[in-house]
Amino acid sequence: MIHVQAVLPVVAEAVDKGGGIFPLQLIGFALGVLGLVFFLGTAVGMIRFPDFYTRMHAAGKGDTLSTMLMLAGFALVTMEDFSLGSWLLVVKIMAIVLFLYITCPTSTHALMRAAFEDDEMPLEEKDLAKRKKK
Amino acid sequence: MIDWFSIVMGTALFLMMIPMVYRIWVGPTPFDRMLAVNVIGTKTAVLLVIIGTLFGRVDMFVDFAIAYALLNFVSAIVVSRYLNRTVSLRDMEEKEKAKEVEA
Repeated sequence: MIHVQAVLPVVAEAVDKGGGIFPLQLIGFALGVLGLVFFLGTAVGMIRFPDFYTRMHAAGKGDTLSTMLMLAGFALVTMEDFSLGSWLLVVKIMAIVLFLYITCPTSTHALMRAAFEDDEMPLEEKDLAKRKKK
Repeated sequence: MIDWFSIVMGTALFLMMIPMVYRIWVGPTPFDRMLAVNVIGTKTAVLLVIIGTLFGRVDMFVDFAIAYALLNFVSAIVVSRYLNRTVSLRDMEEKEKAKEVEA
């Protein structure tokens, strides 16, 4: 266990109460909350954007990055001791991250290509003006 | 502390999936619906890791998450191939040129 009493008084209080927080877990909490912020961006974009391609822009980027951040945060949170089992766990979660890092843009690209070849055209400015008049 | 964090993160993730369900419900094109399904599937892999943290069995739930991410990717590729009418880009360009000549 890392001695944190001298580093942060707040963390030292939590450790005295029996909560058992490590600095590694604090970094994990921060990464998870950052991932939630990016996923909030994806959710707002999916509702408010006017067009399929703009919605794909919001979903493709925010989805990949927020998933990576949240999984990395949980990999740090679940790492209680530095034994072999917890290292194996971190490697497994990082394998999911690597897999999603490859497959999320690929599926987004395949879906975009299918939409474009299916004569789904992007919005233009005159379409937006027409929509505003309604 | 870890339990609290897991519960808060899981609840927030679940609440932010509601906009995706809205997009599935009213999406004008089938591609919108498939995009929202894809996002929900990716987030479900994260949710499985969170549930594993709550139950204290992350080593087991991580394997479920890997399998779910694989299935999600395969379903996205298959549905996008199915929705595609396989009109090649060259054909589309020829069609547009023909329209311009007519106009």
